[in-house]
Amino acid sequence: METLTWTGSMGWLNPVLGLAVGVMVVAYALQILMSLIPDAQIRTVGSGGVTAASQGVSGLLGRLGGYGFLAAIGILLVYLLAGVIIGPAAGIFGGLAQQLLPVWIALVVLFALSFTFKRRLGLYGKLFDSTVGMIGFGLVMFWVFAGVFGGVFDMLITHDSLSQVSGMKNKLPGTPLARAEPEDYQWFLLGGDNLARDVFSRLIKGSWVVVQIAPMATLFAFMVGITLGLPAGYYGGKLDVFLSFLANLILAFPVILLFYLLVTPEIVLTGIPNYMALVLFIFPLVFLAVLLNSRFYTQPSLRTPLLIVVLGIAGWLYLSLVSTDGAIVDAPTYRLPGLPAFMDLFDIDPGVLVVFVSVVFVNAPTVFRIVRGLALDIKTRDYVAAAQTRGEGPWYIMLWEILPNARGPLIVDFCLRIGYTTILLGTLGFFGLGLESESPDWGTTINAGRRLLALYPHAAIAPAVALLSLVLGLNLLADGLREESLRD
Amino acid sequence: MGIFILRRLGVMLLTALCLTFIVFWLTNLYPNLEKLAKTQGNFRMSDEAVTSYLENRGYLQPTPAKFGQWLGVVPGWITEAESGKVTGRCFTSDTPVDDRPRFCGILQGDWGFSTVFKEDVGPTVLTRLALTGKLMLCVLLLMVPSALIVGVLAGMREGSRLDRSLSTFSIATTATPEYVSGVIFIAVLASSRFGLSPWLADMGWIDGKTLFLGSATSAMEDATFWNFFLPVLTISLYGMGYIARMTRASMTEVMTAQYIRTARLKGVKFSDIVLKHALRNALIAPFTVIMLQIPWLLNGVVIVETLFNYKGFGWLLVQAASNNDIELLLAVSVVSVIVVLVTQLISDIGYVFLNPRIRIT
Repeated sequence: METLTWTGSMGWLNPVLGLAVGVMVVAYALQILMSLIPDAQIRTVGSGGVTAASQGVSGLLGRLGGYGFLAAIGILLVYLLAGVIIGPAAGIFGGLAQQLLPVWIALVVLFALSFTFKRRLGLYGKLFDSTVGMIGFGLVMFWVFAGVFGGVFDMLITHDSLSQVSGMKNKLPGTPLARAEPEDYQWFLLGGDNLARDVFSRLIKGSWVVVQIAPMATLFAFMVGITLGLPAGYYGGKLDVFLSFLANLILAFPVILLFYLLVTPEIVLTGIPNYMALVLFIFPLVFLAVLLNSRFYTQPSLRTPLLIVVLGIAGWLYLSLVSTDGAIVDAPTYRLPGLPAFMDLFDIDPGVLVVFVSVVFVNAPTVFRIVRGLALDIKTRDYVAAAQTRGEGPWYIMLWEILPNARGPLIVDFCLRIGYTTILLGTLGFFGLGLESESPDWGTTINAGRRLLALYPHAAIAPAVALLSLVLGLNLLADGLREESLRD
Repeated sequence: MGIFILRRLGVMLLTALCLTFIVFWLTNLYPNLEKLAKTQGNFRMSDEAVTSYLENRGYLQPTPAKFGQWLGVVPGWITEAESGKVTGRCFTSDTPVDDRPRFCGILQGDWGFSTVFKEDVGPTVLTRLALTGKLMLCVLLLMVPSALIVGVLAGMREGSRLDRSLSTFSIATTATPEYVSGVIFIAVLASSRFGLSPWLADMGWIDGKTLFLGSATSAMEDATFWNFFLPVLTISLYGMGYIARMTRASMTEVMTAQYIRTARLKGVKFSDIVLKHALRNALIAPFTVIMLQIPWLLNGVVIVETLFNYKGFGWLLVQAASNNDIELLLAVSVVSVIVVLVTQLISDIGYVFLNPRIRIT
């Protein structure tokens, strides 16, 4: 087998792509430069009194840039389609495109469905009115699908993410597999890392770690922040002072120092992360209980069975989450019994639990401050006064009057915060904290690859670009959502 | 105003005390102490040997007592060995009896002894802090002006092509953490085999093998553009996007204000409107953001100093934390907490001074 080039048999398109990109960049740059020079804008008056600014040279350049942009996108699509059809013959890109085929199909289906029903889908549907939001959503969903297909179903990967292949150490992207069996995938598409593992497969496996932990951790941080922030803002007074002081205390800690203090094997031995998990994970339960009780307490016949079912399920999940092997805390000197192993739904690796807890712990105070600020603002509104006059309880007002009206900024912040959590997870991996060293998550991979960065950069660049694109996608998505939610 | 500052200082002191106590408690947990004893003594110590090692050095006292000693408000521990040799927290067995102080904590200016570097903590932290100060100064000099320029240019004409390109750039930088941009910069600009450097070297446009140096160790003594620019750029980029976006938001708000419209209708030149009328009011909000960004830079400093092997304060933090060097770690956390709290205070006070609409009585 020959070494693959980046574009293989589609190489003849490269100069065309270069030309299109060049035209776009030059045209846009010229247009921006021209906008700095003041000009007397000539307006023509059309029929019916419509005025239109003359486009002039600037408009021409803008149109040229637009064509260049469309041409570049079109050529990239050609690479993609060709890759899906002829596979590695179209080079590394072709091979990647073919491997990722399930992701493309899922993306196309998702976008087609969302486009068709966008008027009936509320804020989510409005997202498809904004280009920026759509690009962001596409990037995010790309990694979500890649994580789900690759991580859960083992579909996209070309090789096992942990097995080392002799002769493939630090090999460049597109290197054919040494001593390959016919049933093997014949290339390391993105090269091999310094332990001779396939970079591409690790990248896909790593996306599952991120896609799993980051949104869940953000969700828990939001539960904690909302459950504490609403009363702090609504009641004010001593409670507010106390909670704000605690939040500022955590915020004044440099994040990395906190990670180093919490996420070391010695601290894990003492069981402190388990206690923190015990406290932090109870907040969703409290939130659900108060949410349902405050709404339905006037109808005990509905409220009581509802609460029993919901809290029963949530409590079971909670106990499964905090207990491992039938114990909540399993320190060398003592043991706190938890859910027996046969009832335990899932076990979480202690390393992952520590990472999860510390990320929630770092994010919760910021969410608290945002929610508190929003509650302070909204509690002066008329509808809150109306609810108070009706004699509604304080928790009903907080959770059913204030919270729904604060949802816009909270949803936007939720997207941004998932991105930030992804960055934090990467930071933990970069310092080798928490997850074990062969874990394929992106931060750990960057950390492993950075030692040979000047000689073999591909092993670190691939996860770095992946992380960048996911966080960028989340930021763009948040931007699109903000724009669309401001519009109503 | 005076009372406001005093109250803030009081809260600051309380926060710093609470935080150092938490750090103290976490670093003094038994597994950590055991690890410390084994790294300092030897790895095959029996449990009894570990206990007596820790006992003799005062590590097994109750945490509040140890914390008091570290602060210097409780007399330091004194141990008398069976041989009659007396050692204590504040003196060695060689110190004459009359010269032995009772208190030695940070209130007496004694920051303790680093078990990793075998040096007094005070001078160690100061030298490292000076190195990081150099880095931070360069970062601020690069980051603040470029962020303000990007923000003002973008906010000047909302929705224009310039605005859209610069806003995309800002979003991209906020989405690029330091360990990603640093890795990309090293691979593209500082690798002798990949990226731009070999190409430029072939063309004969650069003298050395690489465009920039991928390690900043040599910048500790002698910082040049060649060895210092990449770390500075890496930190600046991540912080820049946020400040630029805040500046842009503030600028667009000002540009729609009534007095700007008045100025335009009077026929003032566009450049004059931006520079003389809009800029001053648009820069109030970014000031707060810049001050609050400094604690975040601290994170970036830790990552970048590790990545570029620049042995400053961030590197010290990593060394202290990964080796559980208790007293060094405490000093490091005191310094970083003070940095955080002081910048918060400055941003609050500065905001009041800059914005005449806010009065604090």
